[in-house]
Amino acid sequence: MKEYRTVTQIAGPLVFVEKTEPVGYSELVNIVTADGTVKRGQVLDTSDEIVVIQVFETTAGIGRDSGIRFTGETIKMPVGKDMLGRILSGGGKPIDGGPEIVPEKRLEITGAAINPYARASPADFIQTGISTIDGTNTLVRGQKLPIFSSSGLPHNDVALQIARQAKVPGSTEEFAVVFAAMGITREEANYFMADFEKTGALERAVVFLNLADDPAVERIITPRLALTTAEYLAFELGYHVLVILTDMTNYCEALRQIGAAREEVPGRRGYPGYMYTDLASIYERAGIIKGTKGSVTQIPILTMPGDDITHPIPDLTGYITEGQIVVNRDLHRKGIYAPINVLPSLSRLMNLGIGKGHTREDHKKVSDQLYAAYAEGNDLRGLVAIVGKDALSERDRMFLEFADLFEDRFVRQGLYEDRSIEETLDLSWDLLSTLPEEQLVRIDRELIQKYHPKYRKKAQG
Amino acid sequence: MKKGKENEAQGALKRISGPVVTAVGLNAHMYDVVKVGNEELMGEVIKIQGENVIIQVYEDTAGIRPGEPVTNTGLSLAVELGPGLLTSIYDGIQRPLEVLVNKMGNFIERGVSAPGLSHEKKWEFVPTMKVGDVVKAGDILGTVQETNIVHKVMVPPRSKGGKIKKIAAGSFTVDETVCVLEDGTEIVMLQRWPVRVPRPVKQKLNPDIPLITGQRILDGLFPIAKGGTAAIPGPFGSGKTVTQQQLAKWSDAEIVVYIGCGERGNEMTEVLTEFPDLEDPKTGRPLMERTVLIANTSNMPVAAREASVYTGITIAEYFRDMGYDVSLMADSTSRWAEAMREISSRLEEMPGEEGYPAYLAARLSEFYERAGRVINLNETGGSVSVIGAVSPPGGDFSEPVTQNTLRIVKVFWALDAKLSQRRHFPAINWLNSYSLYLDALNEWYDREVSPEWNPLRAWAMGVLQKEAELQEIVQLVGSDALPDEEQVTIEVARMIREIFLQQNAYDPVDTYCSMTKQYDMMKAIKHYADLARTAQTVGATPQQVISIKSKNELVQIKFTKDYEPMLAKIQKDMEAEFDAMRAA
Repeated sequence: MKEYRTVTQIAGPLVFVEKTEPVGYSELVNIVTADGTVKRGQVLDTSDEIVVIQVFETTAGIGRDSGIRFTGETIKMPVGKDMLGRILSGGGKPIDGGPEIVPEKRLEITGAAINPYARASPADFIQTGISTIDGTNTLVRGQKLPIFSSSGLPHNDVALQIARQAKVPGSTEEFAVVFAAMGITREEANYFMADFEKTGALERAVVFLNLADDPAVERIITPRLALTTAEYLAFELGYHVLVILTDMTNYCEALRQIGAAREEVPGRRGYPGYMYTDLASIYERAGIIKGTKGSVTQIPILTMPGDDITHPIPDLTGYITEGQIVVNRDLHRKGIYAPINVLPSLSRLMNLGIGKGHTREDHKKVSDQLYAAYAEGNDLRGLVAIVGKDALSERDRMFLEFADLFEDRFVRQGLYEDRSIEETLDLSWDLLSTLPEEQLVRIDRELIQKYHPKYRKKAQG
Repeated sequence: MKKGKENEAQGALKRISGPVVTAVGLNAHMYDVVKVGNEELMGEVIKIQGENVIIQVYEDTAGIRPGEPVTNTGLSLAVELGPGLLTSIYDGIQRPLEVLVNKMGNFIERGVSAPGLSHEKKWEFVPTMKVGDVVKAGDILGTVQETNIVHKVMVPPRSKGGKIKKIAAGSFTVDETVCVLEDGTEIVMLQRWPVRVPRPVKQKLNPDIPLITGQRILDGLFPIAKGGTAAIPGPFGSGKTVTQQQLAKWSDAEIVVYIGCGERGNEMTEVLTEFPDLEDPKTGRPLMERTVLIANTSNMPVAAREASVYTGITIAEYFRDMGYDVSLMADSTSRWAEAMREISSRLEEMPGEEGYPAYLAARLSEFYERAGRVINLNETGGSVSVIGAVSPPGGDFSEPVTQNTLRIVKVFWALDAKLSQRRHFPAINWLNSYSLYLDALNEWYDREVSPEWNPLRAWAMGVLQKEAELQEIVQLVGSDALPDEEQVTIEVARMIREIFLQQNAYDPVDTYCSMTKQYDMMKAIKHYADLARTAQTVGATPQQVISIKSKNELVQIKFTKDYEPMLAKIQKDMEAEFDAMRAA
């Protein structure tokens, strides 16, 4: 392989090389520094005069005397079944002291788009055991449902609880977890690892760790390596894979860093104009393919800078993913776990996975009614602050109390409490029965007569 | 794409930077389609700078090197038009996705081309013209039963026309000659039309017929005319996609073109799996038989996303030319604008507002201007109604795409995340939405629904507006502090919102509501309001009036198919209750 020593400029994570043979766009590059270390990079821009390389590790040690080797191929990831149970670096190298991965295949990490025609529609209800998700923001297999959180909130606990408890009721199919950490602290990573080890989840997990002190640019490939692995496990080996990506905010920061180094015209808040397309190339790698057994379900976690849901990162994410689970500071302050605010949360694929044959026939309408009643109660809190409780009508007082009850019984649950969907729905009816029956305008009479505790008791007595 | 041999020229690649590449030594014109690299990826010339030709590539460019060849086809980006369009599912550059699955498997690989129409399939052509007839551009020569829709075979718009020498019924592929003119011109069913050029019409008409959608808030309060333009801006999670899908399913256009531009894969799949199973309420046939879908998901190449809206509207215009009413949904035009921005930034163009190119407004208005109700070249009437979704970042309507769109479109359906959080669907805010077609459509409503409709609509809007004002007071002092009359107004407004405006897309009955039913429902609410007012003048308290039980039953009308007996009973009960109240 030819080695070039024609580096002309090094700026941040970018290395500029001139007078090369034709080099392919996106090609993998090895850079050999004076002391013999090999660093990896990727071609961002290529022409006959100059080639721009984005280096995945720190550029410390790279100089005009460094040797540049173009490998002639795009970045590929060796994958194999023995990856399960392994811990890899953010760049895909084993860091658990174990042997190298024995590759059964080498796959391109950019991953082609799934042909929409080849996709199967997600329909399998995943029970997470968390009422605010199962009851009102149902997750289904093949969905991408991010957790929008903020610093200081227990989003990791929520993600872990989902990873621990997620199952498709009545199904015994094999499933696996792919966990990709981008720029999180060693402490956070340990927290995840400890839980994986304790619950035995590690045996069926592949972990990619790019920690806070690892090179930022490496974060660009970490989620892609993780998803390439997930796709291999799902579509070639038939696993149902749950992918947890945390923290996507760090990923976007890395993207911005490269954009700035390339002196690109920035979009909103300095993030590159192509961030939507770039994020889509990650998030869209979830789904089910007709005629194959497995599935890829994604739970990306991101922290909203300044709790701001309109910030470009949560905003663009929300436009790509199929809903969002919003972790809320007020609920957390009230000491409620899991502090999920159902009002801005949403699962777009919920209707595909609930109802008769999936969960229970009353699920949709019960969920709508809970939402509506809680929203109304929540609005009234603002009013109470101004006029006091006494000025409210009786109806308003009932909704106000409902909102408190909802948070205290429906939202609040234990870190290890695994509620079945029946428990969640019955609990919902208990709460709804505190409201007068004629206020349950979103539920048809038949369902009320079948499930409302008042009639159920009668039927049993 | 066929090669135009006479214009063929070859050059070499000089620079590759993502979806934008530079070639040298190529004799090219703007918007020529070129083949890039050894794998012959499809691209389009978007800039010429000295000897550098800048090309946007519709496929992933990873691995392409400088020095690889670039070939100019000499043609501009065009779509294939003819029988076989309906029921098709295309990507942004009219490659049928089903064919692509067969050719390259479950993932979209590159370097595969596939014609938009089947060139093997035979269609039964029935002439409507005969030998000796004189035809001109656009004239209908005959028909093909494509699905349950009759496909009209037309003289291409740029043809000179002439006297028919030969025409006969028979089985033909789209490439076989169905008609020969005296001057020797052979006419085939296939037409190729460049997507960036509007197809010609004879005359544009004023829009004065509503596009009936079966959605109460749309037909009732904020109607769009056939041939009109509407925008649905909505922050994510406000039910925009469901609203668009409802429109595609239920609007009374004969043909639906649905463009999923930069949207979610799973959502496109929902459309793809749902449409074939859906029944067209008018014909009982699968809805798919009158639909063309274009799916370019967010992770498919960005340049093809840019092209997808043009591909879609060209197909829509083609069906309009046959005399059909076509409705086109573009979801979402913001993704389209972002594709423009992305390419513009790769071209290192001077950016306008928020990084969007300075020509954003021009491109948007050019696109929406292709809508309209028209008289075609062949004297038939047809229309293309365009409903574009806009996804304003952070729900901020002041951003350039939303603002530039609002300057063009006539109808605005303001989706509101607050409403969807309350599970008020469709989450269209009745205070911020508007339709500028109301005046033009008044006459139609008078004639086709009832002369009472327009006053009824005005009354409902008045109540809703009044409620908004009263709510401000209620927020401050509580509802008990309102005068008696206004307390009832609040109740009537609640009824309008919960009974009339809320509509459940997933309920088999409520998902579509005919104009007559809308009228009956609104009239029933008004009837209650009138009875309440009368009762109040003779001393009834607001609590008494509000506690009328039978009015709560009105909600059930929505979910009942043959609702008339139920409605009559509720009206009777209501009157009886008021009578009893008066007697007491």
